[in-house]
Amino acid sequence: MSSAETRTSVSTGAPISTPHSPHGPSPVATLARSAPLARRRRRAAVLFLLPACTMFCLYVIYPIISSIVLSLYSWDGMSAKVFVGLANYQELLQTDTFYTALKNNLLWLVLFLLAPPIGLAFALYLNQKVRGIRLVKSLFFAPFVLSGVVVGLVFSWFYDPAFGLLKLLVGHGIPVLGDERYATFGVIFAALWPQIPFCMLLYLTNLTSINPEIIEAGRIEGATGWSLLWHVVLPQLRPATFMSVVLTIIGALRSFDLIAVMTGGGPFDSSTVLAYFMYDQAIKYFRYGYSAAIAVVLFLIMLVFIVYQLRRLLHTER
Amino acid sequence: MYPTPIERWSPIGRSLYKASLPVSLCVWLLPLIAVLVTSVRSSSELMNGNYWGWPKHFALVENYRTVLFGSPMLHYFLNSCLITFPAVIGSIALAAMAGFALATYPFKGNHAILGTFVAGNFVPIQVLMIPVRELTLHLHLYNTVWGLVLFHVSFQTGFCTLFLRNFIKELPYELVEAARIEGANEWQLFYRIILPLIAPALAALAILVFTFVWNDYFWALCLTQGDDAAPVTVGVAALKGQWTTAWNLVSAGSLLAALPSVVLFFAMQKHFVAGLTFGATKG
Repeated sequence: MSSAETRTSVSTGAPISTPHSPHGPSPVATLARSAPLARRRRRAAVLFLLPACTMFCLYVIYPIISSIVLSLYSWDGMSAKVFVGLANYQELLQTDTFYTALKNNLLWLVLFLLAPPIGLAFALYLNQKVRGIRLVKSLFFAPFVLSGVVVGLVFSWFYDPAFGLLKLLVGHGIPVLGDERYATFGVIFAALWPQIPFCMLLYLTNLTSINPEIIEAGRIEGATGWSLLWHVVLPQLRPATFMSVVLTIIGALRSFDLIAVMTGGGPFDSSTVLAYFMYDQAIKYFRYGYSAAIAVVLFLIMLVFIVYQLRRLLHTER
Repeated sequence: MYPTPIERWSPIGRSLYKASLPVSLCVWLLPLIAVLVTSVRSSSELMNGNYWGWPKHFALVENYRTVLFGSPMLHYFLNSCLITFPAVIGSIALAAMAGFALATYPFKGNHAILGTFVAGNFVPIQVLMIPVRELTLHLHLYNTVWGLVLFHVSFQTGFCTLFLRNFIKELPYELVEAARIEGANEWQLFYRIILPLIAPALAALAILVFTFVWNDYFWALCLTQGDDAAPVTVGVAALKGQWTTAWNLVSAGSLLAALPSVVLFFAMQKHFVAGLTFGATKG
């Protein structure tokens, strides 16, 4: 759990962990651009990059552009596309389901952000050296490895009003997933189950790399309990906090599997989110242009975080 | 060390802590334990309403046999393997080359390409859905495992490239220069010098990508129809429709579907954790 590479990356916190690597521009390349050596290296670079870039452009870059263009058309996948301008977006703004989805996305975002603090609590709880702790940590982490489908099935069953575990615990059946008021909360609760251990892992890794001297100094200064955690420990855990918050936000916006398996967006679209709404419109109603418009809205929301992450990346590079 | 090491606690606190571990673990894994117990329960017992009591007789062999041979589970399993293994190998091969190029050659646009790979990874996958579906249809790969393989290879390449590029950057650059002086050409440099050095990173990545691809549900839904190319995630969701009341069978199926990634995680834990926390840019 504490291999060398793990430590370095979390302690710098950024995906790019060597801001001062020895790779300057090689003198050969700058001195003589047309020299056969430089040309050969440039050609090698292109050849090495070509397969990855081709595939990435074909399956990621081109689809993004294509989706944006498609969102301006009306198309059912068969007949000719008809250009409709912003009509898809206008319709979207007048659809109740869109606002339900947006509201649920926000709910996901807010409640999903419970994962980092709970993950931190777990990490602090498990950061001890007792016999068998490694196994305990791994078992705590296990839900993260399960696929969304399995988590969804496990929890649909947990909630089942006729015989679910919840009925056993509460004493009477609550149709969590069949009730408009609770469905989204039920799904989010299930989604937290794998997300919390992921945050826990990030914190556990970060905890192994914090400076023990600073902690001891804090203790000598008289800081205990909460104030020690808040003023001395948490600042050193910033890399893990950053990572878990960013990844939790992205996870919240991406949520699809659990909704598809547990509620199918229902009852009456009450638990749908943009990702699921979009899928539903394309697969069930063949409204490709409209569905692309929903995807573009989701993309624009996510773009905020993408740009933020990229700026950080380029910042660390310089 | 924070929190205070347990050796400095009072003896009572220490034993309380130790006692609390198994209890909290059971509570945390309660849903999973319930599924585990149910998967060995016989149908007649479920019929009689014994959902939560200890099973009177274990129907382990019976249930798992029904799932494996009374449903297309094995077929789904095979599909999952046919999708996952090529996708892992393909994305890592492409990413190793691209990561090597981005780490070794300081050309113009280097950072721009890296940034594109990173950004591509954060994109909500739904924005790719319709065009990728169309593309797959045009390539006549819809409803085949290869349609899924090609997509996963391309998508995972972004993340893997970033990961490997950072790993290669941390290697001493003198290695590259020494090899060049020795007369190695660029391919030999990559294949003979760099590749063996990044083997641990490749292992970590392989496990991560395996888990991501194996657990994928969204793309399997979008790019397959019916049973032909459906992986195990789709299969398990279908089992739920097929056996609406036979929860023992559904839970047995779910556990089987989860097994490979769980086993891989426990077997290669160190690599898994290293991968996850090193390239923690993955959603």
